[in-house]
Amino acid sequence: MKPLGFLRATAIGLGALSLAASGPANAKVEGDTIILGSAISLTGKYSTNGIHAQNGYELAVKKINEMGGVKVGDKNYKLKVVYYDDESTPARGAQLAERLIKQDGVQYMLGPYSSGLTKAIAPVTEKYQIPMIEAEGASRSLFTQGYKYLFAVLSTSEQYLASSISLAAEIAEKNGKKPADVRIAMAFENDPFSLDVRAGVVDDASKYGMQIVVDDKLPRDLSDMSATLTKVKALKPDLLVVSGHSKGAATAARQIEEMRIATPMIAMTHCESAGIVDKFGAATNDILCPTQWAETLSYEDGYFGTAADYDELFKATFDGYKTVPYQAAQASAAVLVWKDAFERANSLDKDKVRDAIAATDMSTFYGQIRFSDQGNNIAKPMVLRQIQDGQYNVVAPSKWASHPVNYPRVAGQ
Amino acid sequence: MLDNLNLLVLAPLLNVQLLLDGLFIGAIFALAAYGLALVWGVMNVKNLAQGDFVIMGGYIAYSTGELGIHPIFALIFAPVIMFGFGWAIYRLVISRVVDRDLFTSLLATFGIAIVIQQGLNLIYGSDVVTAQSGFAIRSILGGLVTVSDIRVVSFVLCAVLALGVVTFMKKSRMGQAIRATAQDPRAARVMGINTDRVYAFTFSLNAAICGAAGVLITMIWVIQPFFGITHSIRSFVIVTAAGFGNLPGVIVAGLGLGVAEQYGGFVLGAEFQQVTVVGMLLLVLMWRQVQQSRVRQVVR
Repeated sequence: MKPLGFLRATAIGLGALSLAASGPANAKVEGDTIILGSAISLTGKYSTNGIHAQNGYELAVKKINEMGGVKVGDKNYKLKVVYYDDESTPARGAQLAERLIKQDGVQYMLGPYSSGLTKAIAPVTEKYQIPMIEAEGASRSLFTQGYKYLFAVLSTSEQYLASSISLAAEIAEKNGKKPADVRIAMAFENDPFSLDVRAGVVDDASKYGMQIVVDDKLPRDLSDMSATLTKVKALKPDLLVVSGHSKGAATAARQIEEMRIATPMIAMTHCESAGIVDKFGAATNDILCPTQWAETLSYEDGYFGTAADYDELFKATFDGYKTVPYQAAQASAAVLVWKDAFERANSLDKDKVRDAIAATDMSTFYGQIRFSDQGNNIAKPMVLRQIQDGQYNVVAPSKWASHPVNYPRVAGQ
Repeated sequence: MLDNLNLLVLAPLLNVQLLLDGLFIGAIFALAAYGLALVWGVMNVKNLAQGDFVIMGGYIAYSTGELGIHPIFALIFAPVIMFGFGWAIYRLVISRVVDRDLFTSLLATFGIAIVIQQGLNLIYGSDVVTAQSGFAIRSILGGLVTVSDIRVVSFVLCAVLALGVVTFMKKSRMGQAIRATAQDPRAARVMGINTDRVYAFTFSLNAAICGAAGVLITMIWVIQPFFGITHSIRSFVIVTAAGFGNLPGVIVAGLGLGVAEQYGGFVLGAEFQQVTVVGMLLLVLMWRQVQQSRVRQVVR
């Protein structure tokens, strides 16, 4: 194609595109459909989880529409979500949020995937005073900015491993020791998420007066932590906590086996995404892993039924899932909150709906949802699962536990 | 930091653990660095994609394991595949920049590195992977020190591979041609050596060596598409410290770097493990600057 021809083709193409994109200026409700908007990572490094989240949104939308939709006033509305691919980059996410709100007229937002993207988009929704219910940004720092229009259905990151500290204290008491005698070794990646997790651990540890004997930071491109584990081996702590995304979990699991680390209790994040059970087999037995949600929990609601029902429905709807990632479950929960809020507000006015969201107090298959003034969900605990014979079994908090905790770890003895 | 030093004094056996871990992993660093020294010395191309070649080898080991074959057999496929890959990259890119200035080859190899990273990310995703050797783990010295057999095996294999490459360079016609080209490409050409072929072979040989190193790394550590850069830096530190004509130097520097990393990680914390590497590069560069000699360095 000649350069001029190419230019012309591009111009025509762009013209056509902009025609297609310029819908009605105010598209929050089209006929009997309420339009939600989301910039989500469909390509790039977060695409795996971005797609999980999108599937979660879609499943909930489908379910709600099948059940008659959202009833506001005397009218039943269907839900629909408009997505844009943020390519896993925060700057793009912010741009797209702006576009959703200004060009497409979306007045109700669903969150993107990851804390980083949420951090980029929240200022935009806040600026236009558009409520956003997000399900995938756990960073504590999202809820210290005084945002009024940001709500999150998931537990925040500082809760991830804090439960392992209370579990350690519980076990110490049961064994006739003082919680203050518990010695902790910590290895956390030096990134915002892991440092949040660390802050939660440090807070709870100091509450019990526990002693921190190793406190290592892990690098971003971690592939070896044997030096840290050598220290752990020498100092023999009672509890080892590790958080460094999936590479941290994989590296730790491999080297804990290789160095025969005999710490009686080990907790780490991202066990599932690192696939440590598949990779390292029996050596991972008795490792504790926090999770936002598990299909074995006895949560229930009127839409999906129990957590197990959701699990089944999800697998039947989408191909290729052996287990349902919690990222999908919490995305579905966010859509449920929207429906609930529309109906309680009995209005489509975004500010009335925002107030209704703030007053949410509902049980879902994903857990209880109630927002603090900062917008994070304070009603749902993180649960701790322990790998027992290759299965993830809920062991703490005791209210939701399906299995007793194995202590001390057998592997590594 | 002082606590950690104190710990080393109180429990001297910890030194044994750190030393062993460092030496075993350092041997693999030395292997990859030798490949870099080869390309650098012969072609004067500073290959910034060195670490990414290593990671590619690692993914070949991972795929081998996924196919149900023991990943140690990847030590056969990986060098072969990587040799072919190296040849293709040479024909496609490197042959066009080999006689250009330093900056062009840096840019070109940097570009190759990015393409490899993103390619691996597309194929395998960004989560870390490993290859499981399933070899035994031994506790020695009263259980305080553990040695996994895979580390010992990889150490021995590194030595064998290095020996093989050295013998090849000394005895074979191609090896001699490579060394001749390194000494003086023009003279080599006059003597009837096809230097273009020599370059292609050298570059491919380097890729093959990296592939082997990657297989071993993946059975000991974990890999991810974007981990190549740290391995590139390690190779650069080692070659810069040793000089490219100096195989014993590369070995010593490689082992030393492995040990230094372990100590850095232990004393300063894991976060500073790789800082140790970069810090050493700085020191080495300063020291090189000081003792800069005009002696021509050649690959022996």
